[in-house]
Amino acid sequence: MKGLRNSWSSIVVAAVLVATWWLTVIYTNSFIFPTPKTVVEGTLELARDGSLWEHIGSSLMRVASGFGLAVLLAIPLGLWMGRVHGAFVTMNPIFQILRPISPIAWIPISILWFGVGNASAIYLIFIASVFPMIVQTTVGVHTIEKRFLRAANNFDVPRGKFFLQVVLPATLPQIITGMRIGLGVAWLVVVAAEMIALRSGLGYMIMDARNAGNRYDLVVAGMIIIGLIGLLLDGLMRLLENMKIVRWRYAH
Amino acid sequence: MPIKIKIDNVRKGFPTDKGHLDVIQNLDFEVADGEFVAIVGPSGCGKTTLMNIMAGFLAPDSGAVKVDGVPRLGPNRKGVLITQQGSVFPWLTVRQNLLFGLPDDLANREVLAEEYAALVGLKGFENNYPHELSGGMLKRCEIARALVVKPEILYMDEPFSALDALMSLRMQNELLRILAKEKHTVLLITHDVEEAIHLADRILVLSPRPTRIQKTFEVGIPHPRRVSSPEAQALRVDILRELGVSETI
Repeated sequence: MKGLRNSWSSIVVAAVLVATWWLTVIYTNSFIFPTPKTVVEGTLELARDGSLWEHIGSSLMRVASGFGLAVLLAIPLGLWMGRVHGAFVTMNPIFQILRPISPIAWIPISILWFGVGNASAIYLIFIASVFPMIVQTTVGVHTIEKRFLRAANNFDVPRGKFFLQVVLPATLPQIITGMRIGLGVAWLVVVAAEMIALRSGLGYMIMDARNAGNRYDLVVAGMIIIGLIGLLLDGLMRLLENMKIVRWRYAH
Repeated sequence: MPIKIKIDNVRKGFPTDKGHLDVIQNLDFEVADGEFVAIVGPSGCGKTTLMNIMAGFLAPDSGAVKVDGVPRLGPNRKGVLITQQGSVFPWLTVRQNLLFGLPDDLANREVLAEEYAALVGLKGFENNYPHELSGGMLKRCEIARALVVKPEILYMDEPFSALDALMSLRMQNELLRILAKEKHTVLLITHDVEEAIHLADRILVLSPRPTRIQKTFEVGIPHPRRVSSPEAQALRVDILRELGVSETI
């Protein structure tokens, strides 16, 4: 019931924004800035000829590859750094320096290493999403409550069991948080990466629409679609928080 | 009865901003096999430090804790610690918690887990997660997880103080019922003198820091005990006087 009321107010605000946009374009007699109507028409046009789905598909593929690789590296590395003090003091300063570098700054190097193409974009997404996930996983291990580690030690279980039944599940909520952040920045970066010189993807679509005849209706359409897909991806990650094994973290 | 635990001249201090702080000073006592010893003392006197040393989580500066004559160097499942805050794993179900301490190759581990869940009255809740249980049930789960590995010693550090008075009393009775079935050596730290009298064979009163044993009381009242009985009340007054609380009522 409360959710319904909240979404109602959101819908009202969105409607007011769209109306303001529409009226402003009409009153200023802008030739170039699109109205909501032309944006919808442009979107339908792209959807009909199929190019919209291709662009969305390419962007999602790149995010899936870059983010997937980042997950595969970040979670084991983060767990290792969380458990082994020597690994933490060695690696943490390096990651703390690499982390604040904007992925955009990596563009020249990624082109140098991987050329202009998919690999370059995937590398940028990887670089953007790997650090937050490493940091979050390590924090997760470091913040396991001492009473649980003690209890586990009390029963002197084998290392494998200790890891699988204590360290990993205790860290899982933080890992999921890291994955939400990681996927968020991955999606943020894919658009920037595709603006460079690729021939597909939502980022390319936006740049191409502007370059090929100032189709600002398609620019705005691309932006809105990016926003909606971003929301959807975060929603999917949130589903992980409903897993039974992490309910304890959110139950109270 | 043979000696189970020997606290042999244990000394422990901590470095602080103002210099070294002596917490435990040359502590010596013995616990017989199967004995229930309660330790009471003023707050901040080092009871929990002592318990951590006895359970093997903390090393003494000098002296030793010997279990069956062997110095204790770390925690193991011969003696399980139960604390006030509890440590039931919230990401495992009741059943998985009970199975945690049992070796994977133990043939009857599932049967044992079921048996001990029933023993503490958690039958039917085996597949529940801890956040779905009440405080009392959580405590029962922790006790069952400790008992299922058949420890020789139970270390209990204010185990029931987070529960309300009624639940605490109920858990004390549960504990006595279980201990009557299977004999364990128990060390209990508590600030509740009545709880100590209700449960223990012997009560050690600790002095303020640096702590040492100020006085020992043998309880000697047969079970089932009534804490309201004149002899229990007389003992309570004696212990409280020892703790610096003179009661006029």
